[in-house]
Amino acid sequence: MIRFDQVSKLYKGNARPALNAVTLEILRGEFVFLVGASGSGKSSFLRLVLKEENPSNGQIHVLGQNLAQLTSRKVPYFRRNLGVVFQDFRLLPQKNVFDNVAFSLQVIGKSKGFIQEAVPDVLKMVGLAGKTNRLPHELSGGEQQRVAIARAIVNKPAILLADEPTGNLDPSTSAGIMTLLERISQSGTTVIMATHDAGIVDQMQRRVIELVSGQIVRDERQGGYQTQTIPVQGFGPASVSRSNLGIAGHAEEVSR
Amino acid sequence: MRFGLIMSEVGNGLRRNISMVISVVLVTFISLTFVGAAILLQFQIGQMKGFWNDRAQVSVYMCTDSSTAGQCKLVEATKSQKADVESQLKSPALAGLIKSVTFENHDQVYKNYKTYFKDTTGADFITPAFLSETFSINLKDPSKADVIRESVASLAGVEQVVDQRKYLDPIFAALNAASLTAVSIAVLMLVAAVLLIATTIRLSAFSRRRELGIMRLVGASNRFIQTPFILEGVIAALIGSVLASLAVVSIVRFFVQGYLGTQSLDTPFIGMSDAYLVVPILLVVGAVLAAGSASFAISRYLKV
Repeated sequence: MIRFDQVSKLYKGNARPALNAVTLEILRGEFVFLVGASGSGKSSFLRLVLKEENPSNGQIHVLGQNLAQLTSRKVPYFRRNLGVVFQDFRLLPQKNVFDNVAFSLQVIGKSKGFIQEAVPDVLKMVGLAGKTNRLPHELSGGEQQRVAIARAIVNKPAILLADEPTGNLDPSTSAGIMTLLERISQSGTTVIMATHDAGIVDQMQRRVIELVSGQIVRDERQGGYQTQTIPVQGFGPASVSRSNLGIAGHAEEVSR
Repeated sequence: MRFGLIMSEVGNGLRRNISMVISVVLVTFISLTFVGAAILLQFQIGQMKGFWNDRAQVSVYMCTDSSTAGQCKLVEATKSQKADVESQLKSPALAGLIKSVTFENHDQVYKNYKTYFKDTTGADFITPAFLSETFSINLKDPSKADVIRESVASLAGVEQVVDQRKYLDPIFAALNAASLTAVSIAVLMLVAAVLLIATTIRLSAFSRRRELGIMRLVGASNRFIQTPFILEGVIAALIGSVLASLAVVSIVRFFVQGYLGTQSLDTPFIGMSDAYLVVPILLVVGAVLAAGSASFAISRYLKV
């Protein structure tokens, strides 16, 4: 599904590479957490998968395509197979929930009939069936993120990239978003999620890839935010972050 | 579906940037009016050259008893001298260049003079004897006037050989200068128009950068993203081109034909058919410039 071969990424004017000889493979339907400090290369990794950046070295294959051989004319069509969710939602403020999701289908030339069917379906799936006519500012943060997720998956992408999707949300709202992402993963979509949220990673017990200064230092099948196999020196904040934040099922979000 | 979506995007963009769009319209309007004026001036020059080339003749003035110019020594040209000139003009070397030759004696020259200068003070003092008898030569190729001069001017009894076209040169020089001025103003204004269109499109793209970002993210094709912006520039420029076309047509209709045409009847002026020929040129120039600068401006937002 996604394969990196000795991929390095060097930004101009920066001697230290953002990614350094990264080699990994992510399979169909996997749920992968990408963890690491700020500046460890998580976002660079996601941008490389999207071909928003080109690697300085190495080969990237996504969905069976060598990204280096993808012409810029074909990049838009390649991106239709990927869904992306961000920490800051990136909704269009003047469009309502339905139009925000429909917009992503309109601009890739889908028919009106298809949009009329697909958008209500996906809004129902993310739990916003009753709020199709609301504007983004009338929704809570969690609901806005659900709209963003709906927009990312309405075209049934094979891969969903999430860059700290719970970064702006409180723990119980985050838990709701994680339940949603898990359901998307179960339907066969590969989910790659960059996060700092230790509680979520510990709770989910999925594959964890940890980056430090652009290098993979850990790739665990069913890991936590910090590895259990190697003793880690106990920082104060670490013990707090590992404390039981708890993903207590699907919590109702409160509208602002 | 897609067409409707694109057109509504174009409408939104035009409305959002209305003041910039108006300035684009005005600048393209003025610059293309100058372009049109320059083209019309060139047409006018061509028309006048053609007109005068048909008429303009080389004149061979014979001596009078009051002239010392050329080969004259205060003696009237004799019959044999006139015959020499005539036979020289009929010689095989020159006959091939000449369309027709007419000879005007003193009385005929005087009659022409009276009709052209009847209002001039002093015209009454002129007698036929003052005016040179003249061979008026119509050439097949007006630029060969020098050949005639060289072979005839040295003959006895010839006062001077004059290429009438020389009198028109200052007029053509003035028209050419006006045309050049119009072209240079047009070029400056077109540069301003191109930059203004590029800025307008950039502004429009900036105010829609959220939409652009999402379009790129979800995989809208580059053509789909850039078409509304290019159309926006082209529509604004086309409005300017249409205004410029109207201006050019009304200049010809009301100024050239309505005013100049009635002032000097014996000068050939450009007509409406020339004006209508300029219109498509202006429309195409406006549209192409706008499309070019808009697509250049938007390309920055399309890099992947």
